[in-house]
Amino acid sequence: MTIPAHAMGEMIDRIDGPDKVRGLARYAFEQPVERPAYLYPVQATIARGRMVGLDCRFASSEPGVLAVLHRYNAVRTRAQDGLGELDILQSDRVAFRNQFVAGVIAETSEIARHAAGLVRVEYQSEPHDVAFSADRDDLWTPSTVLSKFPMEVDKGDVDAGLADAPVRLDRTYTTPRYYHNAMEPHTTVACWADDQFTIYTSSQGVHAARGSIAALFGLDPRQIRVISPNIGGAFGSKAHVNPELILALLAARLVPGRPVKLALTRQQAFFQAGYRPETIQRIAIGAQEDGHIVAMFHACTSPTSQVQEYAEHCTRATPTMYATPNLRTQQRLASLDIPTPTIMRAPGECPGMFALESAMDELAVECGIDPIELRMRNEPETHPGTGLPFSSRNLIACLREGAERFGWDERDPTPRSRNEDGWLVGTGVAASTYHALQVPGSVATIRAEPPGRYTVLIAAADLGTGTWTALTQVAADALGVGVSDVELRIGDTAYPQAVVAGGSAGIASWGTAICEAAGQLRQRLGRGGTIPVEGLEVTAQMPENPYADQYSMHSFGAQFAEVRVNAETGEVRVPRLLGVFAAGRIVNPKTARSQLLGGMTMGMSMALHEDGVLDARFGSVVNQDLATYHISSNADVGAVEVRWLPEDDPYVNPMGTKGIGELGIVGAAAAVANAVYHATGVRIRDLPITLDKLMTW
Amino acid sequence: MDVEISLRVDGTAHRLSVDPRTSLLDALRERLGNTSPKKGCDHGQCGACTVLLDGRRVNSCLALAVAHEGSTIVTAAGLAQDGALHPMQESFIRHDAFQCGYCTPGQIVSAVGMLEEAAAGWPSAVTAEFASSNVSVESTDPGVLMDDEIRERMSGNLCRCAAYANIVPAIRECARR
Repeated sequence: MTIPAHAMGEMIDRIDGPDKVRGLARYAFEQPVERPAYLYPVQATIARGRMVGLDCRFASSEPGVLAVLHRYNAVRTRAQDGLGELDILQSDRVAFRNQFVAGVIAETSEIARHAAGLVRVEYQSEPHDVAFSADRDDLWTPSTVLSKFPMEVDKGDVDAGLADAPVRLDRTYTTPRYYHNAMEPHTTVACWADDQFTIYTSSQGVHAARGSIAALFGLDPRQIRVISPNIGGAFGSKAHVNPELILALLAARLVPGRPVKLALTRQQAFFQAGYRPETIQRIAIGAQEDGHIVAMFHACTSPTSQVQEYAEHCTRATPTMYATPNLRTQQRLASLDIPTPTIMRAPGECPGMFALESAMDELAVECGIDPIELRMRNEPETHPGTGLPFSSRNLIACLREGAERFGWDERDPTPRSRNEDGWLVGTGVAASTYHALQVPGSVATIRAEPPGRYTVLIAAADLGTGTWTALTQVAADALGVGVSDVELRIGDTAYPQAVVAGGSAGIASWGTAICEAAGQLRQRLGRGGTIPVEGLEVTAQMPENPYADQYSMHSFGAQFAEVRVNAETGEVRVPRLLGVFAAGRIVNPKTARSQLLGGMTMGMSMALHEDGVLDARFGSVVNQDLATYHISSNADVGAVEVRWLPEDDPYVNPMGTKGIGELGIVGAAAAVANAVYHATGVRIRDLPITLDKLMTW
Repeated sequence: MDVEISLRVDGTAHRLSVDPRTSLLDALRERLGNTSPKKGCDHGQCGACTVLLDGRRVNSCLALAVAHEGSTIVTAAGLAQDGALHPMQESFIRHDAFQCGYCTPGQIVSAVGMLEEAAAGWPSAVTAEFASSNVSVESTDPGVLMDDEIRERMSGNLCRCAAYANIVPAIRECARR
């Protein structure tokens, strides 16, 4: 049952807007603190080996230096199993180049930075191994993180299906390393005083961060307060505690009473804040001549570090997409001497659907069928992986609506058939999907005060996702009051537990807890609804979704791209993107549209620009800043149109929402790549699509 | 070694002593507590730190504070006067031209500075009459800066949330006034 929408569906301007346009909304590093000290890290200059010598004399004798932090004076921490990346300054081992090995704490940032350059570390280096390939003989199968998403799927007989199919496609697609590059770097202000940590940090989930810190430092969570009201973008890189936060906490322990400030430089963030790992994906599809798929195989190999496991689950969306009697997915990992990768916007689905949706375009070409028609012919009735019915699925409707808006019917499918003043013009399409998830563990408190003021407390996060506004709208409808009667408080462990803003599950999870609390509050207020003079407070946990195991829940979308490729130079321009989505109820059309177009644009950026280049000799990425790791700038972006279909899904959660933070990036790169093929006749299977790869004609 | 300088920031005069290594951005943020300009890269690559320095938009992370003794600085906080938002700020809110808000003060200051440059006839890389002395950056609709001009001139301000498709109409609307 979904609650009636009054505030939900309204195009309300961001509640935090007036502060943000003036720059008055304070992010972690900007919190006013008394007598701050500044921390600057020292990073390993080898990719593997051990530290054999440390000389801090020059650094320590610099005026203004408060302390040099290193493994001999850092407090002992206990990294939990599987979180070796956080195990810094605890041993002499170096696991990857640029790992933190020390830090300088000083009165000013200028002094700290200068003195960090004076710390002398001697190393005994060992040969490092950063050679990523799908042919290594030491690849291993990653562990399943969530039972809902088994790492591998095996249904029917894929080999026989492929062998018997009249049309066969076997292709390899690769994607490079991607870096989140949130505009706000990873920042922390941490103070240790009276056996208490007070921590301002840029975090997607303050409670999860507190839990990790408590475990690592052997503290009671009540000794730790984590505050993160404004987050300057995250995209997954601030979901988990990163080593830089631990470095700041170790430093704070060394200078009790002094708030220690640490902001990673843009360059440091390339080594300490995770990244989306490179992937090598093989897709084999067997089909009938009419395009009906009879067998599908999707394999993904990605690298992880030596200290921690992370698998880019590229094959996760594959069982959701198309009907096939025979289906197998495979995931493999290579452990290398590199920093640990992490989740980044639509982890798995984003690079995975680049491969799958490129392969579908190739299959359409092989079969001589329109790519939209091909997808319609392979539309499943139930989830091809689990056999469960979909709670709602409107992929076909998205494709149809998009085709009409985009003018798809006028398209001549022949590649290289349009040349306008020296520019080859092409159009492409790809499907999007993302799972609609609720994550258990959120609690909301609502305080009602007469005559009708409601304060909603939940330690949720707004990464730019619009939580401040959208969650207020959810609360207003849950309470049956106006938006202006509700005050939302988020981003502080002083408020009730909330799950991390991730997996596009924020609103679905926090909102459900709020609906539960609001329901209980309204019940206690009774029919008249008069709030007692002393007020009334209700706290409730997110209830389990009774439909969770009965339906397969996903959002879907159709992405269209028009590209122009310069026939002389191979320069690619994208004048037009269109995304049509079906993602349940849209809470705030204004902020939702922004999230979706942001995702689409990031997907275009992935298709054309982004490429973290590893120098195997040194084991590190060489383009470690925004001048050399290109992200889309304003001039790269043309018209971006976002639409969604009305979709009423009574099973996902009380709001009827599906989550939209990641959906927009899924499939966007494939739409661009497919359009580039249409424009030029050149199929690019290795992102990014740069001119050198196109100049083969 | 610190050097004493005076700066006029958002209408208020300040005297402060700074390390010669201190950037104008750090002087504003860490010394004067004005955190409206943001630090995104500290290398002039993202534009989040954009301020108006003596009327022109600059990346304040690339400016040394000591080199700007006596200068006048306007941040996004100072664009809003007497409690009223600047029209560009209102337009950014109306068009939802930001998400996380971290690049936003820089975008807005940059947009205000950019419109002044365009009005003064400064060409950009996409201006057709680049080499001519009579630069026109307006479209056939008088008073309207072409979208391509806005995109090009605003490309020093990165937005990872990728609100560009909203930033352009937000600026266009302001330019029309």
